[in-house]
Amino acid sequence: MVTLSSNIPSGPLASKWEKHKFATTLINPANKRKYKILVVGAGLAGSSASATLAELGFEVHNFVFHDSPRRAHSVAAQGGINAAKNYQNDGDSVHRLFYDTIKGGDFRAREANVYRLAEVSLNIIDQCAAQGVPFAREYGGLLDNRSFGGAQVSRTFYARGQTGQQLLLGAYSALNRNIANGGVKSFTHSEMLDLVVVDGHAKGIVVRNLQTGEITRHNGDAVVLATGGYGNVYNLSTYARGANVTASWRAYKRGACFGNPCYTQIHPTCIPVSGDYQAKLTLMSESLRNDGRVWVPKRKEDRAKRPADIAEGERDYYLERMYSAFGNLAPRDVASRAAKTVCDEGRGVGETGLGVYLDFSAAIQRLGEGKVRERYGNLFAMYHEITNENAYQTPMRIYPAVHYTMGGLWVDYNLMSNIPGLFVLGEANFSDHGANRLGASALMQGLSDGYFVLPATISGYLASQNPGKRPATDNDAFKEAEENVQAITKRLLGNKGKRTPYSFHMELGKLVWEHCGMARTAAGLTQGIKAISALREAYWKEVNVLGESNDWNQSLERAGRIADFIELGELMCRDALMREESCGGHFREEYQYTPEDPETKAGLVNPGDVKRRDDQFAFVAGWEYGGAPDKAPVLNKEPLVYEEVHMSTRSYK
Amino acid sequence: MNIVDRIWKSSLGKKYLMGLTGAALVVFLIGHLAGNLQVFGPPELINGYAYFLKSKPGLLWGARLGLLACVGLHIVSAITLAQLNSAARPQAYATNGAHGASTASKYMLPMGSIIAAFIVYHLAHFTAALPAVNGVGDFTKLTTTLHGETVPDVYAMMVLGLQVPWVCLIYLVAQGLLFMHLGHGLSSMFQSLGFRDHVWWPRIRLFAQVTSIALLVGYSVIPIAIYLRVVGNDYVEKKKYALKAATKKPAPAFVTVPGKEAK
Amino acid sequence: MKVTLKVWRQKNRSTPGAFKTHETPELNVNMSFLEMLDVVNEQLANRGEEPIAFDHDCREGICGTCSLVIDGKPHGPHKGITTCQTYMRTFNDGDEIVIEPFRAKAFPLIKDLVVDRKAFDRIQHAGGYITVRTGAAPDANSVPVPKQTADFAMDAAQCIGCGACVAACKNASAMLFVAAKISHLGLMPQGQPERYRRAKGMVDQMDKEGFGACTVTGSCEAVCPKEISLDFIARMNRDYGVALLKGDAKAVKSGGAG
Repeated sequence: MVTLSSNIPSGPLASKWEKHKFATTLINPANKRKYKILVVGAGLAGSSASATLAELGFEVHNFVFHDSPRRAHSVAAQGGINAAKNYQNDGDSVHRLFYDTIKGGDFRAREANVYRLAEVSLNIIDQCAAQGVPFAREYGGLLDNRSFGGAQVSRTFYARGQTGQQLLLGAYSALNRNIANGGVKSFTHSEMLDLVVVDGHAKGIVVRNLQTGEITRHNGDAVVLATGGYGNVYNLSTYARGANVTASWRAYKRGACFGNPCYTQIHPTCIPVSGDYQAKLTLMSESLRNDGRVWVPKRKEDRAKRPADIAEGERDYYLERMYSAFGNLAPRDVASRAAKTVCDEGRGVGETGLGVYLDFSAAIQRLGEGKVRERYGNLFAMYHEITNENAYQTPMRIYPAVHYTMGGLWVDYNLMSNIPGLFVLGEANFSDHGANRLGASALMQGLSDGYFVLPATISGYLASQNPGKRPATDNDAFKEAEENVQAITKRLLGNKGKRTPYSFHMELGKLVWEHCGMARTAAGLTQGIKAISALREAYWKEVNVLGESNDWNQSLERAGRIADFIELGELMCRDALMREESCGGHFREEYQYTPEDPETKAGLVNPGDVKRRDDQFAFVAGWEYGGAPDKAPVLNKEPLVYEEVHMSTRSYK
Repeated sequence: MNIVDRIWKSSLGKKYLMGLTGAALVVFLIGHLAGNLQVFGPPELINGYAYFLKSKPGLLWGARLGLLACVGLHIVSAITLAQLNSAARPQAYATNGAHGASTASKYMLPMGSIIAAFIVYHLAHFTAALPAVNGVGDFTKLTTTLHGETVPDVYAMMVLGLQVPWVCLIYLVAQGLLFMHLGHGLSSMFQSLGFRDHVWWPRIRLFAQVTSIALLVGYSVIPIAIYLRVVGNDYVEKKKYALKAATKKPAPAFVTVPGKEAK
Repeated sequence: MKVTLKVWRQKNRSTPGAFKTHETPELNVNMSFLEMLDVVNEQLANRGEEPIAFDHDCREGICGTCSLVIDGKPHGPHKGITTCQTYMRTFNDGDEIVIEPFRAKAFPLIKDLVVDRKAFDRIQHAGGYITVRTGAAPDANSVPVPKQTADFAMDAAQCIGCGACVAACKNASAMLFVAAKISHLGLMPQGQPERYRRAKGMVDQMDKEGFGACTVTGSCEAVCPKEISLDFIARMNRDYGVALLKGDAKAVKSGGAG
């Protein structure tokens, strides 16, 4: 049992960060270079943190399993990045961005963290613009904005449909500059396979070089994980195929608590699944919902008809009907669940019946095809390439898919986990998004953590460590960690099973999607836990991993990651089972508004909307490893204390 | 590093050299064509022009050496770049498509090599007037009187020289290759030197096409017209007769087998 | 549908490689090319044969990890599309498809179809950035960028660093990649102070890596999944030429005031 202390500074919300930065001990510039920091991951959070820490004078070593830091999956974010600049004069402010984010997260995020995120958002845009990120501009040369994913103000900055890539290239360029001047040493094709904890502090990592298979030990005064989310536990997701939980999971097994693992985001606008062979779901930017209207036929008999043959009066624009204020721009969890509901009613379209229409005919009539092409041309082209359908003529078909994980390693206000010296950034931490993330906030969080938060907080920890006295790599803890990694490799390659690792991944994905997907029940989750733990046992008996350990071996890489995913899947189900309420992306069928509830009668919510239970579940669940995969993990709780915001019913009507 | 080193040691620097020397050679080609087209005028015109050039040896040799330097640099850059390029792909593809590359762009070096060989021939043919390569006889013996002076009869030399079928063919083939070489090289020169954007590229392409077609037509029409006996046939017939009478020797075998006359 | 694959198999750099033929199982026309390879690999693994190693990650055409030369063309037959977004409906039942790795001296082979493209990173270490410390940035709107300039820079910035330009070029030249990077930063007003230094540094590093030179064939532009224009190469040539003429910056003689 560990104590999860959030270390939130006292004082009014708006001045906490300022106050905390002042209170944090600084390190003498002459001493900074004596500290070595290991940063794992080079997406937005990892690259920006590595570059900034190096600029401050620390010795930074950066590790990525990709061939280049630029390949991290931050690159795939299409829509944009939020910042409370209020360049549009439409009533935005730091406080409004803060409130939208905390409400969007269904009041399950940490108030002080979210406020800080909104504050820092202003600096992020400045920083990126100075790096040469080619944001969209107005004719006067100033920055353009659009409204995005559940916001009623235009605060999203964007660079065509490639905001993620452009921001990552910005962070990557900052990283490159520091690699060139010697501040950062970059290790590519290097996958972290264990965390080294010495006397309770994170002091190193064990890494496998994917090209040569060589396993090396690296020591540091602090370890920073910026290794992304774990949505690939579902196998089918919008994540990159290489995205994995291994770094986080191995840290969890060394004692770091895993926060809110069941909080996953299902994105409403993805291209529906077409077959068993599928390895990847493709996201269509949420910005499409700015001009597209979502509908299904009113009667299920019409679902096989061509969309053009369904008269206007026979269509159900269900988001506009259910959420009149937000309409098609309702938050992701709300829009996804609504799509599931109409499909469960048998009104879903497409071959599988798991799809809804996203229709641009009204926008084309209003703006003309040229304007629509200018705004979304690349997305329409992508849709055409994948489905062979022309969305200018016939509506797109979309369906929700796993897109982001709000859960992750537990961290305090300093982004430090319960293992001192282990910091976790970006999607890898349990983060600032509560139970649901708003559109265009992930990029904001990754960069906020990396450029501004960690560089300010890490010195507080380092100041408590004797400079230059980090344990050497021949320390017993390093030896033990390396042996652990070797043992896993040996066990995987030595196993004489008959099944491929990927066949287990597909099976796991189906189990987690079925039991811990868009709608969850106590019975389903209990069954899921049982099935996944059986799968774990089967894995170690039946898996067959080909190839050698001292060579490029993609089967081996994957097999290790899948083993971790299986264990994680079980933990997710446990977390979802424990959380007997619905909130954000976590929907327990037992806890939803009924027509009899006063909130429904007052018109605040629709029947079927998520029902939180603040009296019992206003806490962060920090799961502690039980010591072995088959031992039950320990639940630690960090109560969510709201000082300024009132936890209200989340209404988008 | 000094500027020469900087240019020579970088791949882009060599591309600039290719472009600049190419540009100089194109300018020469235009001037040379203007001079040669005088063959369509009376014989005195081109003979006068040739005499004018000969009378300014400083200018003539300056230009010749400049051109030679350009050709030399153009060739040396091309060869070193080609070595670099082939080293950059040690293992070839089993299947290889052109992917939008024009035929000319793929064979610039072979075409350039043939053109270089032609230049050597052309110099031997008319500048050095080696009887061994012209299939006619000793061109140095062809003279005419201009403003009371005896001068080389360039007009007769061109007409007699290009009436030989295989010589005419060599010239035509060379013009064809030059046309293709320029079709790619002329626009690429602007690219290499950095004068290109989305506005100017179509204009550059047009300029390159018009120029290379004009050069092709201009340079080809001379041997064709001569070969078809449209130009100067009467003049050279008379010339042969006049030559015969003046020397009282058997007429030089301008129409005999190549090479015999030299002996 | 079913197709026959003729795939380059090579255990590692020191072992010679050769083409090997693999018959696919029954395929769905809506599969992506990489999903087809996944299916073939599962079949191979089930038979105890080593799967085909190939690079891939995001599978939505933006990370630049996937490569492959398919029937002689990097990223397969379509224009402006990466391998991961190429679908099997492009091919016919019974086709033989030849799959080779990107080939260039600067992209040494790792295994089968996987090559090492770190040369691209090293080129960017040599100047692919704008020097700005975190926290030192002025307000984002304090430097207006004409829309046209921003759009043009964005055209260049779209480069995903996949290396198809190198793979397609008959000279294995990296000019399009380097030009895209130099032009993106060199067009933005924020990138002006380091414009010529950047061009010089990156082009020189490109030469050191062993890429070939440009002969303006246009193959790179034709296969680029982001359809980046040759115009940017001209722009780079211009910047590099200016850098050559300018020469090195004058050395600072004395230290700062004490």
